[in-house]
Amino acid sequence: MRTSLATAWWAVLRRDLLLSARRLGELGNPVVFFAAVVSLFPLALGADAGLLRSVGPGIVWVGALLACLLSLEGLFRADFEDGSLEQLLLSPHPASVLVSAKILAHWLVTGVPLLLITPLLGVLLNLPPLAQTVLFGGLLLGTPTLSLLGSVAVALTLGLPRGGLLISVLLLPLFAPVLVFGAGAVGSALLEMPVLPYFYMLGAELALAVTLVPLATAAALRASLGS
Amino acid sequence: MIAFFSRWASLPAFYRRAGRWIPWLWAVAAGLLMAGTVGGLVLAPVDYQQGEAYRILFVHVPSAWMAMFVYMFMAGASASAFIWHVKLAEILARVSAPLGAAFTALALATGSLWGARMWNTWWVWDARLTSVLLLFFLYLGFMALQAAIEDRRRAARAGAVLALVGVVNIPIIHYSVEWWNTLHQGATVSKFDNPSMTWDMLWPLLTMALGFMVYFAAAVLVRARSEILERERHRRWVIDEVTR
Repeated sequence: MRTSLATAWWAVLRRDLLLSARRLGELGNPVVFFAAVVSLFPLALGADAGLLRSVGPGIVWVGALLACLLSLEGLFRADFEDGSLEQLLLSPHPASVLVSAKILAHWLVTGVPLLLITPLLGVLLNLPPLAQTVLFGGLLLGTPTLSLLGSVAVALTLGLPRGGLLISVLLLPLFAPVLVFGAGAVGSALLEMPVLPYFYMLGAELALAVTLVPLATAAALRASLGS
Repeated sequence: MIAFFSRWASLPAFYRRAGRWIPWLWAVAAGLLMAGTVGGLVLAPVDYQQGEAYRILFVHVPSAWMAMFVYMFMAGASASAFIWHVKLAEILARVSAPLGAAFTALALATGSLWGARMWNTWWVWDARLTSVLLLFFLYLGFMALQAAIEDRRRAARAGAVLALVGVVNIPIIHYSVEWWNTLHQGATVSKFDNPSMTWDMLWPLLTMALGFMVYFAAAVLVRARSEILERERHRRWVIDEVTR
């Protein structure tokens, strides 16, 4: 009997989540990195509360972006090494749909922990409550886009030596729009200006990425695996 | 049609045809660039606002145009490489990237020189400047990816995916940066909304732009020929061609 697409999608998602749950120790790394990067900035810029409030949103966003970038490397690596990635591509279901389950799982185990720690970092940077809410909302809409875009670069650099640095070079220009709208929303909230337009733009980018990126990632995986 | 195209894109035939075209293209490019340089630096009148320093725009504007055009060319070649597996398209995409990066760097450098005279600063975080800088990074990423993958076919396919992702992202990056700039720093010094220029200034500019374009065509063909030789170095026809 052939499994339905929904069953296969769910199986991929469940498998990836289970695998991460078995290695709980690794789950914390992006969060620790994120917190450490953000707490370096006051050391570099000085502890002036007003200054930190005005540059805080940018710091949090850049920190989240870097944490996302570093965690991406592991997205396909284990599956590539043990051959299950090839099985995924060989399955009768469209690879792009199955890949989207993997990306979602990756966001759930790396993006969501980043979100959960953001309020704490906001307090450290003296952000007012409204700006904190906006920061959280922006990251909620923006980090899935980062994970999606990142998956293309990871798929392209699969199995290459020193892939990590290359991923960053490929991705940083592509991340620029998310950063602009995400940090812009908080900046706007700090000035008590409307923030919804920024959220609409972040949402639009997410919608575009959800529809197009899995196709590109599947094509990139095929290119990398040489099939 | 397909038969015609596949014959046209066959590497030995292309290699010989390009070899015949290159001298003509160099000659035309040299003529156009010389005419444009003389027209721009000597014949064109002095700008009443910007003085003599505006003349760098005769280099700056064509290189900025080329920076965008080459990315589109690269993406088009990548798309045909990806869809139809045309080897020639893979080669064209690969060899045009460094040229595009060079045009982008030239646009940034000349723009910076011009800005130093006109705006009294080498760099402002203006929307246009920033999006060209990001375009430069996109070129560098494409080249880094090509350099990192040893197998040429795999490199070409990976590069094609990246170029297509990039081409979807360029408008998004452009408009996001424009938004960022306009909301954050109000009116930037911008001379781009000048009224249309006089014919005395326009013709050297267009001549230069055309010259840049022909130069690009010649340089791409030269680079494509050496790339073909390198890729096909074990083939009989290459050995015959080189030892002849």
